[in-house]
Amino acid sequence: MENSSYSLLSSEADSQRTLYPYVTGTSVIGIKYKDGILMVADMGGSYGSTLRYKSVERMKPVGKHSLIGASGEISDFQEILRYLDELTLNDSMWDDGNSLGPKEVHNYLTRVMYNRRNKFNPLWNSLVLGGVKNGQKYLGTVNMIGVHYEDNHVATGFGNHLARPILRDEWHENLSFEDGVKLLEKCMRVLLYRDRSAVNKLQIAKITDEGVTISQPYSLKTFWNFSAFQNPTVGAEGSW
Amino acid sequence: MPIQQANWSPYDNNGGTCVAIAGADYCVVAADTRMSTGYNILTRDYSKIIQLAEKSVMASSGFQADVRALQKVLEARHLAYQHQHNKQMSCPAMAQLLSNTLYYKRFFPYYSFNVLGGLDSEGKGCVFTYDAVGSYERVGYSSQGSGSTLIMPFLDNQLKSPSPLLLPAKDAVTPLSESEAVDLVKTCFASATERDIYTGDKLEILVLNAKGVLREYMELRKD
Repeated sequence: MENSSYSLLSSEADSQRTLYPYVTGTSVIGIKYKDGILMVADMGGSYGSTLRYKSVERMKPVGKHSLIGASGEISDFQEILRYLDELTLNDSMWDDGNSLGPKEVHNYLTRVMYNRRNKFNPLWNSLVLGGVKNGQKYLGTVNMIGVHYEDNHVATGFGNHLARPILRDEWHENLSFEDGVKLLEKCMRVLLYRDRSAVNKLQIAKITDEGVTISQPYSLKTFWNFSAFQNPTVGAEGSW
Repeated sequence: MPIQQANWSPYDNNGGTCVAIAGADYCVVAADTRMSTGYNILTRDYSKIIQLAEKSVMASSGFQADVRALQKVLEARHLAYQHQHNKQMSCPAMAQLLSNTLYYKRFFPYYSFNVLGGLDSEGKGCVFTYDAVGSYERVGYSSQGSGSTLIMPFLDNQLKSPSPLLLPAKDAVTPLSESEAVDLVKTCFASATERDIYTGDKLEILVLNAKGVLREYMELRKD
């Protein structure tokens, strides 16, 4: 017996809008450094508790000046990339020497996310948008309900809980490239230990006035030989 | 197969507190700059204040995405008004526009708690205070947001508000000087920051008077 399609909870209307995510990416972290922006994300695409895909590129360049990183539903990220393709294409077709800067792209994305939330059909993502244009660095974030802000360091998902506190303590103005990478790797290592959806295969991206570069995938060294982890069953005799 | 329920909310509370105080020939509008979600701080440096017109300044707290959308709608409407009437909107006019804009979304509200401050057509300070669906009233002072319950009674005590039941109606605009009002606002926020976890980081103060708009900042506790 079909329910009335006027109710938000009816089965017929539900096939038309996002209810929950299927394939998801975990944290993205971005920081400003001396020459521009550094952003990092791992390459995992989880299907619930299964680590289904291990080569998902969750960061992509946008136009000449920006880089977008996404966590959340991967298919929604792919749709956002299609929107951005259309945006940058139309921008370039004006052929007027102007190009969209990171501030403009972030604003566009914020409007898109907010408008989808208004229609109760969200793009299930948290996005990081970073870029440099004419020497001005920009780093912002927007999530699936349209909440957005800029800061010197941003993160999505678990990154907000585990990475931001580290960044609040150790980030400073005019970080060198090497120090910035070390700082991001420190954050990613903590996430690797503590976020069950993290995978040990990551890419770091750099944006400066010269342009965008995304590194080849690589892994972090981890240490599991803490004495507290040795002989985990010692003292367990007699216990349940 | 049982019907799956929606498990996301279109709303969030990003916290923060706003205050406005009207004086004889000035108006003070202030808000903290902390943006939070749940028990997390998202950023310590986000402004909740916007100057909508030459003599109208709005401070809003609540759900940040709705606040920003509301600001943009009002900005756009003011621009159109200027094109049509070749003048700035007065503060009372903006007050009515804000009320109508909020009520327009009565059945999917802007989760935004606003105070509008400015100078009326006579140059006297005016403050308008709102709920999320546009109910509003002109007052001498007001606070909205997460710290409003802490600040409002203190303002009532300090600004010696006359009873609204008196006839003839006594103006609640404060006789305090501009600097005294600014100091009062700083005291309000220092106190609210102590006990409200969503208020803190930095205080942004705007003072509107005949000479224009002045902006001032004060550090608040970051814990």
